[in-house]
Order: sequence, then structure tokens, then C-alpha cells
Amino acid sequence: MKQNLYNYILGIADNSLILAQRMGELCGHGPSLETDIACTNISLDLFGQVRSYFQYASKLAGDGRTEDDIAMLRQEREYVNVLLVEQPNTDFAYTIARHFLFDVYHLLFLTELEKSKDLTLSAIAKKCIKEVRYHERFTSDWIKRLGDGTAESKAKIQEAINDLWTYTDELFHQTGADKAMVAEGIGVDVTKLKEAYYEKVNEVLTEATLETPESKYFQKGGKKGIHTEHMGYLLAELQYMQRAYPNMEW
Amino acid sequence: MSELQLRFQIQIQIHMKKWPLWEVFVRSKNGLEHRHFGSLHAADADMALENARDVYTRRNEGVSIWVVESKNITASNPEHNGEMFEPAQDKVYRHPTFYDLPDEVKHM
Repeated sequence: MKQNLYNYILGIADNSLILAQRMGELCGHGPSLETDIACTNISLDLFGQVRSYFQYASKLAGDGRTEDDIAMLRQEREYVNVLLVEQPNTDFAYTIARHFLFDVYHLLFLTELEKSKDLTLSAIAKKCIKEVRYHERFTSDWIKRLGDGTAESKAKIQEAINDLWTYTDELFHQTGADKAMVAEGIGVDVTKLKEAYYEKVNEVLTEATLETPESKYFQKGGKKGIHTEHMGYLLAELQYMQRAYPNMEW
Repeated sequence: MSELQLRFQIQIQIHMKKWPLWEVFVRSKNGLEHRHFGSLHAADADMALENARDVYTRRNEGVSIWVVESKNITASNPEHNGEMFEPAQDKVYRHPTFYDLPDEVKHM
């Protein structure tokens, strides 16, 4: 098995899987009918993208594990998503801030992944990019609305951005699989996305009359499987069906 | 305060119930007309478009969306239906149904 490629795909897919689960939690709980459907749509987009990655991973693994097994039946330490995406939906400001901080990265990432020498990954990126372009538009618009809205909405979105800022730097850390895949022309060199990322984030925050945090203290660990305390609860919900009814099918 | 900021200040009403109602018109494919699909709440036209996209076109129903704030629509009063519509009921000759069409003319 191509272990590096397999690990690399999990690195991409886990981010979307965990974020999709977080957004999916809002199904029936969004602040209004319209935003509820929007958040759930975004969640479903991400789950759809994740299927493509895990189907590919399942083929590479070649040991009988299905896409569901890989997605649902790993232990916490085996998930390699960044810490940012597992942070809870504290309120609508946090939900939007978390998604926005990921979307800007996600769009830059997929734009590069489309150039991958691996034709499957390139095709998946091409398909995902349109969806993610909409996600970024949706969350950027909300950042501006909340930031440039009332005093209360501004304070809330600024607090969420400040709190989540500490998780942004990890997006640009390279894993062993990353380095191997970059060397083969398959993977994206995330370190090269950093400048464009902070530039874009700063542009949106400025338009939203918000402050770009200056803190240089960053959290990391997710890419190595070391997660925040929120992850266990999230996985309990995500994995419940497959664990309670193994091999169940819809 | 810039015009943009002012616009946001006026339009952002945190409580969702204060958001005005919008009517949504969707063109299902090129060549067809926009048809009324329903209504939704949104703070302004841009948000109404995004909401309409998510609420009404997520199953590939459309290629174009119009939104208009409901208050801008002037509707006929149902109480006036008598004088508005009933006089047309007994004027069948206003339909072009009294012509003999050659068989070659199709789709009429």
C-alpha cells in the first residue's frame, strides 16, 4: 500500500469530515430557518467531498476496509484533522468564525491540489472547489455582517476570531506524509499558502471593521492525533451508529 | 460613518423576526420564465439571494434567481375579485378558439 498517500488523503479528508459533523449539529438548531438550511447544506457538501477521499483511501488500503470503516471506526488518536475544525459551535459567531478561518485555507489548498500529479486527487479538488468557493463567500459575508453590524454582534464575532486564532497556524504545518507527497508532486506545500491566507483573512476582517489578532501563540497537535477535549464527544456522536450497529447500511 | 457602514447598521437587525420578507422567483432552465417559488426572511437583497439559493435551489432547481422584498409587490385585493375578474368569465370570444386551423399547424 502507498502508506504516505493514504495518510496524506486522511489528512485532507479528516478536516472536512470533522467540520461537516460540527456544521451538521446545527441541523434543526440554526438561528433561523434560512441559515439552518445554509449550514446544513454546507455540511452535506463537505460530507460528499469526504466520501470521494475515503473511497480513494479504501481502494489504496486494499484490506477490505470500506469508506465507512475508515471514516467512522478509527480511534481518536488516529484522526489527523487540525484542532480548528473540532472546536464547538459555541454560538453563531464561533460557528461562522471557525468555518471562515477554515474556508480561506480550504480554497487556497484545493486550488493547488487541482494541479496534483495524482489524477484522482486533482479530479476531487476540481469538483470540490466550486462548493468551497460558495462556502467562503457565505462565511465571509457573515463575518462582514456581524463585524459591521451592531455593537453586540461585533463584540461576539471579534471574540470568536480572537479565541480561534490560536488554531490557525497549524493549518500550515507539514506532516511526514505531506513532505513525501510534495516531493512527488502529488501534495500541496501548505507552508507556501500561509502568506496568502493571512492576507485574505486580514482583508475580510478589515472590511468587517474587525481587528486582526496579533497573538503569536499557537496551538497544535491535531495533525499528530493529539486533540482538544471536544474531540471525544464529537466522535461519540459521529461513530454511534456504526458502533451500535456494525456494518449497518442505509 | 461610511455609506456602507450606515447601510449595514440599518439593515442588520439581530433578531431574526425583524428581518423583512422577500419573494423568490426562480428560472428553472434557460428559455423558461422566472416563476414564484416561495418566500423567506433576509436582512438585505444579497442575503436574500444567498438564502434563496440554499432554500430553493439546492436540488438543482434553477439557473437564475430574482428576489424582491414582499412589501414592494402590489397585489390585487381579493375583495375586489368580483369586478376584477368575473366580467371576463362569460367572454369566451376573447380566447382565440373560433378559428379553423389547418392540420399542418402544430402546437397550438
